[in-house]
Amino acid sequence: MAAKPKLWYFHGRGRMESIRWLLAAAGVEFEEEFLETREQYEKLQKDGRLLFGQVPLVEIDGMELTQTRAILSYLAAKYNLHGKDLKETVRIDMYADGTLDLMLMVALAAFKHPEEKEESLALAVKKAKTRYFPVFEKILKDHGEDFLVGNKFSWADIQLLEVILTMEELDASVLSDFPLLKEFKTRISNIPTIKKFLQPGSQRKPPPDSHYVEVVRNILQF
Amino acid sequence: MAGKPKLHYFDARGRMEAIRWLLAAAGAEFEEKLIESSEDLDKLRYDGSLVFQQVPMVEIDGMKLVQTRAILNYIATKYDLYGKDMKERALIDMYTEGVADLGEMIMLLPLCPPDQKNTKLTLIQERATNRYLPAFENVLKSHRQDYLVGNKLSKADIHLVELLYYVEELDPSLLANFPLLKGLKTRVSNLPAVKKFLQPGSQRKLPGGEKSLERARKIFKF
Repeated sequence: MAAKPKLWYFHGRGRMESIRWLLAAAGVEFEEEFLETREQYEKLQKDGRLLFGQVPLVEIDGMELTQTRAILSYLAAKYNLHGKDLKETVRIDMYADGTLDLMLMVALAAFKHPEEKEESLALAVKKAKTRYFPVFEKILKDHGEDFLVGNKFSWADIQLLEVILTMEELDASVLSDFPLLKEFKTRISNIPTIKKFLQPGSQRKPPPDSHYVEVVRNILQF
Repeated sequence: MAGKPKLHYFDARGRMEAIRWLLAAAGAEFEEKLIESSEDLDKLRYDGSLVFQQVPMVEIDGMKLVQTRAILNYIATKYDLYGKDMKERALIDMYTEGVADLGEMIMLLPLCPPDQKNTKLTLIQERATNRYLPAFENVLKSHRQDYLVGNKLSKADIHLVELLYYVEELDPSLLANFPLLKGLKTRVSNLPAVKKFLQPGSQRKLPGGEKSLERARKIFKF
């Protein structure tokens, strides 16, 4: 009976993109309602559907879930992408949380003034190259397995691929020192559900442009 | 076999305090290894103890865990403070993230440049009064149970009560119109393990003053 999950957000990546990735990778079809006006947003708030007055909002299994990480965690567990026991789950959480911080830096940079924006994006790339990618390269090297945790595809792998592709958009050479991550990228990109999501016409959203920034500023009034 | 969890952080609340609260509320004894200089932090990094070169780090069950959320979720699961099923977990996560958002604003206030402090404080007061406190008050009102989720103590209650103490420290008048939140605060504070933690001489940390901030700046170089 279960209806498809329904996503409420702006027509762009922002904080919803990691959720789209997870659903797509899990092979779950989902619907989207795009917020284009302040009125739509205010209606959601007035109807009491946004616990803290904010999006992302995902309608799933009779719940109206907000807060990105709460949504991601629920989906990961639901679709068996959260490890087989507590020790695997905590490792997935550690890796996913780290990369999510990086994704948010990039998402928020879009709203800064040009100079600050460039600085933020450069910092994100630097952190990826010096703090995050070396860690994941070493993890893959140490166990020699195809996936980050428990020799099984998980939320951590999806999050890492998303970060790799996002960083490559900013700096094409970002993986030059990370041969195992290059192989990882190819391997995970070829998983059928992900391959499909990476094709034009999927629900994957493009990087933020000035129109997107304008719409969001108008709706959130900042 | 397992020793007590060991917390690595500096002598302040910061991002470790929520972990101290949760362990204490769970009745779990823990040790603390305080970082007192940038050399102490460098040593941890050099030893490979910090996955992403950051603290908090908690040694527990043979692992060195980083990322505050990952650590909290692990502890909550281990001590049965995470609801009885996925849906309860999703609610607990959603509430926890809301607490974290307001908590982050309050935590970062001392780092604000002096000329921006008043604006920031006003924003915190506004958000507490119009967004966060009403949301939690309404959750309690909707079911009239003693705890936020599933009629049972969970991490959500502990994190929220911790936050309510900080809100009160900032401005006691903020809690005035939220009787159910005041009730929750009293109820949770009276649980034996929490009551003990709230007494002087426990491992609970006091608000950081100027000296604490200066020490943090030296250790973390910001």
